[in-house]
Amino acid sequence: MIEVKNLVKKYGDHLAVDHLSFHVEKGQIYGFLGPNGAGKSTTMNIMTGYIASTDGEVIINGHNILEEPEEAKKCIGYLPEQPPLYFDMTVKEYLKFAAELKKVPRDRRENQIKDVMKMVGITNMQERLIKNLSKGYRQRVGLAQAILGYPEIIILDEPTVGLDPKQIIEIRELIRKLAKNHTIILSSHILSEVSEVCDYILIINNGKLVASDTTDNLEKMTMGSNTLELSVKGDRERLKNILDQMEEIREVEWVKSEEQDLVSLKITTDENTDVREKIFYKMAEKQMPIMDMHSTRISLEDIFLELTDSAKKTAGSKKRKLRFAWDKKEEEQEAAAVQETDAEGYEQETDPDAHEQETDTEGRRQETDTEGRGQEDEKDDSNL
Amino acid sequence: MTAIYKKEIKGYLTSMIGYVFIFFILLLEGIYFTAYNIQGAYPVFGNTLSAITFLFLILIPVLTMKTLAEERRQKTDQMLFTSPVSVENIVLGKYLALVTVYMIPVFVICFYPLIMSKYGTVSYAMAYTAILGFAFMGFAELSIGVFISSLTENPVIAAVVGFLVLFVCFMSEGIGSLVAETSVTSLAIYMVMVAAAAYLIYYMIKNVLIPLIIGLAGEIVLVVLYIVDSTRFEGSFQDFLTIFDITSHFDNFTNGILDIQGLIYFLSIIVIFLFLTIQSIKKRRWS
Repeated sequence: MIEVKNLVKKYGDHLAVDHLSFHVEKGQIYGFLGPNGAGKSTTMNIMTGYIASTDGEVIINGHNILEEPEEAKKCIGYLPEQPPLYFDMTVKEYLKFAAELKKVPRDRRENQIKDVMKMVGITNMQERLIKNLSKGYRQRVGLAQAILGYPEIIILDEPTVGLDPKQIIEIRELIRKLAKNHTIILSSHILSEVSEVCDYILIINNGKLVASDTTDNLEKMTMGSNTLELSVKGDRERLKNILDQMEEIREVEWVKSEEQDLVSLKITTDENTDVREKIFYKMAEKQMPIMDMHSTRISLEDIFLELTDSAKKTAGSKKRKLRFAWDKKEEEQEAAAVQETDAEGYEQETDPDAHEQETDTEGRRQETDTEGRGQEDEKDDSNL
Repeated sequence: MTAIYKKEIKGYLTSMIGYVFIFFILLLEGIYFTAYNIQGAYPVFGNTLSAITFLFLILIPVLTMKTLAEERRQKTDQMLFTSPVSVENIVLGKYLALVTVYMIPVFVICFYPLIMSKYGTVSYAMAYTAILGFAFMGFAELSIGVFISSLTENPVIAAVVGFLVLFVCFMSEGIGSLVAETSVTSLAIYMVMVAAAAYLIYYMIKNVLIPLIIGLAGEIVLVVLYIVDSTRFEGSFQDFLTIFDITSHFDNFTNGILDIQGLIYFLSIIVIFLFLTIQSIKKRRWS
């Protein structure tokens, strides 16, 4: 339905979109995910024909957006990041203009505007001037504009920004409803939103596609493994020997420990296998006291952070990315490499990379935590 | 196109801007009409029209400043340029809306010769030829305003630049008279202009060789032409300036002459500036 091939967009020397390729199938909800400035909006602007790409092409329903812009644009409804509203029009006037602009046949205009207003819940606002509307309502009017004409593809750039939690849920419902008859592409930097609504997720960072898969697959990828964080008192070599004997363990990542003669590590195992008990007995047998052991589960949030973070550090990227390519061979090689590098770092106790990783992920997690709390607070408020 | 045309007309006629434009044209034209044609009993209506052409220096930029600049500032251009309407039609729709708004005072002015006929004999042909020229001069200046509005996203800057451009055009005859009409001065001015053009090319393509060749070739051609026939250069700079003097092309209409050359001049200004507007919008998508 939409074919994006090798898209490149340069602003001066800055590469905003870097050889992006993907295709969009009919009748699904696609989510563009990426941190701020990842190139989501730029990509959407190119796909809708607002700006031209430096290289590459966008084909919509067989029409190249640059060569046959009118044909291609007919298939698209677009809500940009900032809703394109004329403040001195009333909602109804504005939608009338939008319908005319989108070449909705005259006899269908009136009914369609009514339906769309009902859909996004602005029917009782229709006589108001847009400049007097709140941000949430403006967003809805923008959304109504994108839906008008019932184009096959609806592209929404951060559709839920500025809405209160109740409105967010309503808009999500609406998007799901629309997906029955339309293909929807939406962008967001909020992962929970994308994972809840979308069938397929495209993660973009620094203009590059770092991951693209169905939401289920991405989630399975994270569910497919358990991670155990462990701190053990004792010798590292001995510990390594013990762990090597355990077949359930898929990967061992050595983490620099803050205390002396304490070994910290992360163990990854298959799903549904719990090695905690086994490790406890083994350690007890070898007289190596476990100081700390807890299991962590990688969430989609972690994938997102890791993928977007890894692309930033080009040097360290491979190591991290490979964790998602569950190819056994690669994994083994990689584990070996990790162990080697870490062994050096352990002796010298100066492994800047490892340290950086630690602080990085920790910092991020705290951030997301507080954000989560903030949202909860908001919800509480609205309930009151 | 009709959607944009309708929206624009509505925009001008539901806000102050359209009415201010219409009001000032009719106010000043009314004052001059009363003074010249009614009280002074002067039968030539064209002079009354040419008396108010200076008003366009302010009114045209004010009317046109928002057309494209405001769309860009409010980001509503995203809606226009992602809709299944071509850039050509968008610009044309906007331009035609401006023309329509301008036609309102012109339409009212059309009644003035009829009023005059109450008090004596009036040559309708002369009067309406003048009105025709007046209309086309306005159309041409509107297209310049639209182009300037497409260059910036700040309507105030568009208005100021528009005023300056129209002002320089308006004063070009005066500027010409400041310079001696000898062939040497013309040559010197042309040589400076060629050098400036060469520098402009250098600035745009950042390449030394090509503008250097163009500049040198231009200078040599000028000097050769001068040596061959220096009399041709006499007063030629003043002639050259009349290209920019929009109002001077209206003079013949004032005297009741249906100046085909003038009409072609106005039409070509409209075509050139609308074309440039479309190009400047299209170009921005690439940068």
